[in-house]
Amino acid sequence: MRRLVLWVPLVVFLIFVATVAIGLYKPSERTIRSQMIGKQIPAFALPEAVPGKPALGSDALTSGEPRLLNVFASWCVPCIAEAPQLMELARRGVPIDAIAIRDRPEDVAKFLGRWGDPYQRIGSDRDSSVQLAMGSSGVPETFVIDGKGVIRYQHIGDIRPEHLPAILRAFEAAQ
Amino acid sequence: MRLLLIAAMAAVPAPVWADSLIPPAEYAYRQLPDPKLEAKAAALMHTLRCLVCQGQSIADSDAEMAGDMRAMVRRRIEAGESPEQIRAWLIERYGNWVSYAPPVEPVTWPLWAAPILLIGAGLYLARGRFRRKPR
Repeated sequence: MRRLVLWVPLVVFLIFVATVAIGLYKPSERTIRSQMIGKQIPAFALPEAVPGKPALGSDALTSGEPRLLNVFASWCVPCIAEAPQLMELARRGVPIDAIAIRDRPEDVAKFLGRWGDPYQRIGSDRDSSVQLAMGSSGVPETFVIDGKGVIRYQHIGDIRPEHLPAILRAFEAAQ
Repeated sequence: MRLLLIAAMAAVPAPVWADSLIPPAEYAYRQLPDPKLEAKAAALMHTLRCLVCQGQSIADSDAEMAGDMRAMVRRRIEAGESPEQIRAWLIERYGNWVSYAPPVEPVTWPLWAAPILLIGAGLYLARGRFRRKPR
């Protein structure tokens, strides 16, 4: 018994070393999920992000039909990567609204002209306040909002072709 | 020549995660006029985690989102909200992760209990040393 106890400090030390080594060699890449999933979207009214495109308020997201809410920015490189997938979703009849983060109208217009425009409405969030209220921690992110305005699903990062089935499933489930 | 070019390219890394062209929010880099409120806001900002530069507080980070969060904290403090109200608002959206002040709840009990247990174990191990030696 006493001999066994002698080994305890060494074992504790080895556990410590292993924990540190794992943390060093495989740093955790944390994505912070929104805690708002299953909750009502916060009330907001954003001005239009680009002339000629309707602005976005939370009332538009409680219209009775589920929608996608894409959080993007013209200065965000991965947002370009997901543009074809958003176009594909729009082509399949999925209604998509968007929030442009810290963006200028001329830049948004240029972005849409170059990479395509799958959006029905775009709200301009110049100080990220709606983004913070949604529990979103970066661009791009995509939320599925059901007809009553409840957040059902969050996709963090750019949408790649392999992510489409999961997003479509979440959209169907929100019907 | 080619080496020079490579060196020049290495010296100017291409920004992968670009920043926006919008200037920082009003209170991102400006203190509140009232020093008392600013002190309150600063204390809170040092205990809120930046979401895009994880491991830094929003007070330490130069990320745009941290700037927007600082502006939000200062605006709300100015409007009369308490720091704990603002913390609760953020935790509701991002989880406990966003706060550097862990709450006492079942998941974090080990965290709070560990120091007490370790000190207890240390005292137990050391007790033999302090015992008066029998003559």
